[in-house]
Amino acid sequence: MHVSIVINGEEVSRDIEPRMLLVHFIRETPGLTGTHWGCDTSNCGACVVLMDGKPVKSCTTLAVMCEGHEIHTVESLEVDGQLDPIQQGFHELHGLQCGFCTPGMLMTTRALLDENPDPTDLEIRTAISGAICRCTGYKNIVSAVHWAAEHQAAAKQEV
Amino acid sequence: MAVTENLPSGTSERPIGFGRLKRKEDARFIRGKGNYLDDLRLPGMVYGAMLRSPYAHAKIVSIDTSKALAHPNVAAVVTAKDLETLGLAWMPTISYDTQAVLAGDKVRFQGQEVAFVIATDEYSANDALELIDVEYEPLPAVVNARKALDPDAPLIRDDKAGQRDNLASPTWEAGDQESTDRAFAEADTVVSRDIIYPRCHPAPLETCGMVADFNPETGQLNIYNGNQAPHAHRTVYAHVAGLAEHMIRVICNDIGGGFGNKVPVYPGYVCAIAGSIVAGVPVKWIENRSENLMSTGFARDYLMRSEMCSKDGKITGLRVDVTADHGAFDSTAQPTKFPAGFFHIVCGSYDLQASHVKVKAVYTNKAPGGVAYRCSFRITEAVYLVERMVDALALEMGVDPIELRMRSFISPEQFPYETTTGWTYDSGDYAKTMKVAMDIAGYDDLRREQEEKRARGELMGIGVSFFTEGVGAGPRKHMDILGLAMNDGADLRVHPSGKAVVSISAQTQGQGHETTFAQIVAEELGIPPEDVQVRHGDTDKSPYGLGTYGSRSTPVSGAAVAVVSRKVRDKARLIAATMLETRPEDLAWEKGRWYVKGDPEKGALIEEIAERAYSGEAMPAGMEGGLDAQVIYDPPNLTYPYGAYIAVVDIDPETAHVKIRRFIAVDDCGVRINPMVVDGQIHGGLAEGIGIALMEVITFDEEGNCLNSSFMDYLIPTALECPDFELGETVTPCPHHPLGAKGVGESPNVGSPPAIVNAVIDALHETHGVDHVDMPCTPARVWAAMQGRPEPPQ
Repeated sequence: MHVSIVINGEEVSRDIEPRMLLVHFIRETPGLTGTHWGCDTSNCGACVVLMDGKPVKSCTTLAVMCEGHEIHTVESLEVDGQLDPIQQGFHELHGLQCGFCTPGMLMTTRALLDENPDPTDLEIRTAISGAICRCTGYKNIVSAVHWAAEHQAAAKQEV
Repeated sequence: MAVTENLPSGTSERPIGFGRLKRKEDARFIRGKGNYLDDLRLPGMVYGAMLRSPYAHAKIVSIDTSKALAHPNVAAVVTAKDLETLGLAWMPTISYDTQAVLAGDKVRFQGQEVAFVIATDEYSANDALELIDVEYEPLPAVVNARKALDPDAPLIRDDKAGQRDNLASPTWEAGDQESTDRAFAEADTVVSRDIIYPRCHPAPLETCGMVADFNPETGQLNIYNGNQAPHAHRTVYAHVAGLAEHMIRVICNDIGGGFGNKVPVYPGYVCAIAGSIVAGVPVKWIENRSENLMSTGFARDYLMRSEMCSKDGKITGLRVDVTADHGAFDSTAQPTKFPAGFFHIVCGSYDLQASHVKVKAVYTNKAPGGVAYRCSFRITEAVYLVERMVDALALEMGVDPIELRMRSFISPEQFPYETTTGWTYDSGDYAKTMKVAMDIAGYDDLRREQEEKRARGELMGIGVSFFTEGVGAGPRKHMDILGLAMNDGADLRVHPSGKAVVSISAQTQGQGHETTFAQIVAEELGIPPEDVQVRHGDTDKSPYGLGTYGSRSTPVSGAAVAVVSRKVRDKARLIAATMLETRPEDLAWEKGRWYVKGDPEKGALIEEIAERAYSGEAMPAGMEGGLDAQVIYDPPNLTYPYGAYIAVVDIDPETAHVKIRRFIAVDDCGVRINPMVVDGQIHGGLAEGIGIALMEVITFDEEGNCLNSSFMDYLIPTALECPDFELGETVTPCPHHPLGAKGVGESPNVGSPPAIVNAVIDALHETHGVDHVDMPCTPARVWAAMQGRPEPPQ
């Protein structure tokens, strides 16, 4: 089947088997290996990307379902050498260790902040409850999201 | 990149040394530019997939691979018969047992490796698995370790000559039976418990796998594989495959967590290597999540019968009789002379009169493993046992569990302290650390709150644990793995510009070595951490050593980096003396600079000394040019970090759901190189401990079917199960470590499960008469305990 998907603003076209998973398509075709897989069962969230701005688990999404949709991966967060506040927050607050869950966590929390620019602890914890981090115990991830919320609000005020 | 706070400054404007330095490695991870195993694509690479046994125990009657071989995208199908011709059908385990690479005679656990398919792509390789026809003749299985030695139990290891039962290793003892019997005879109070530490799994988010790349023209074998001990793996591959060790290069790029799971060599690795040697192209094999949970290194599975006694209000004696379940092949990770790992540290933090420990191990029809899931060789089991027993004893004596601990602690003046099982604890002030935890928790207020809630019918529990760990294995006179001394190397090269590369044999899986090890060089030499590159994960580019597990990075490899830095500093002193036209003994050191005593203005910066070392200027008499050094560090003893943990839980009386409301962790891991990284390690280990205490378990039905083979049933805590951890610290330097550091990674995993289980029992004892519950404390099991029906996990 021929499929054409807009990934990080660029159209990617390829003939694929209908069963091909979006995570494999993203990793193989444009070679964007920032999106990981960790569980095959939609539990761990390492594969989260944004589909039309909403977080989806790309390990349980078929690539053919994304025809005509817009996908954003972790590689899209940094623009012109400028880190997204959520990336900066994870670095500032030590919100990552092995880094394997990080792309999924970043995309999940980016989507959260897009919807809710000033989330509470519980709102953050609920938003990332579909994503597993085996290293950080989540505490610093929660702090990182708060950091990003504060800094993007401050940046908006400056503008 | 490296922004810091509160860091001591050296002669430069930049921060140098220990402190909360943000991590260098973050730069690639936050951009999705990490380099994990599955990200690797080599030209001509083919893909492997593993066919696994659906039975826990069955004879293999026949294997027909013809249909799979007819698949257009399949290059090869490998079975035990093929491996036999290469001498690779069986491989040695880390515990001197043998393990089938691919099952030939019979399968011995569900998920065991039976055939390996190589195809041009991953999807085709998995399709071909369906085309392999294996005829099995099912046999009765044994999954309960306590039934494994029954006379009618099926014999699992009939491959081993002379093996007539399922005993995996004979009874091993520590401590002294006679004096322990005496302590119990003289005791005022004795309690006994049957305590089970169920089977669980480290389940790193990135599963295990390998890319094997054999070059038939040169004979060079490159192995890309996320493992925790690349040098030891290379030596094992040399032995297993009969290859020349110098022609093998093990490369570990970024690793998505390990937690002990990436210590062993797995059959899939051997198949990938064999596949690449035979096919002459790179072979990638990466297991899926079910394969990871069903077949790779599990942890724990210790069944412990125990008694503890007290006299005059203090704990005096401990007896433990352990049945260890090793699964179908004994591949437990431990130093050679320690068949039960360091379990005999079970006397804990207490000044006991006597103790006696017996451990025997059995084979069952379950996956092999026995790896240390974020723990130093069975110390987690030991700490769980002793801390549960202390609470049971306190309950029987009617004293507060902290009070009993305080009365029984080894006191600061007793260090170095020789335990009744032969360990020499280095340093500690246990009561002080316990008090810090009580203060953070507001212990007395919590007890009052509990009283009030109880009066209202609410169930609140407060649980305590106090652990002492022995980490940083270890001294070569006592410890080796497969004959390899448990030492670590470091190689430091300071370049002419004063910037440096330090190569280490420890292997990060997320611990932040690239930052903290640079900080050690910075502290010792005054070179800013951003100017120090830490190199690891490539056996061609790093010195030999045994890697990262058992919290040994800082205690062993960190010490190696400190010592090698000091060697460079000593050499720099001699060069500086020549430069300053004075005697070396007239020079004094400040961070980054040798200067003349009595004339502090006159000195040489480390970068000036480095420049000189490589220049055309004369070196001190007899000295070679350059500024570098190499060491192999042999630790004189283990280090003994410890900590006091307090859990506060609320239990829903209607559903028996346990909610951890607060968790207080006060760790004493000696000197902290990067407190931010240390805190992060503690948070992560606590989350794992919560998982083990409440959710994570690998169980089997009577036929040996694994019931927890995906993240649908192997439950890992999310952000909603983890509280906002409250940390504290005390600092008691290790007297024999060059930096005074003790290691911390596994402490929180070791210390937290007993605190949580003790809290659950504390919540239910007075109202429901519960005096014991096993992990994981799921609503079903806690509910059963509340009804007076304790349900052990097996």
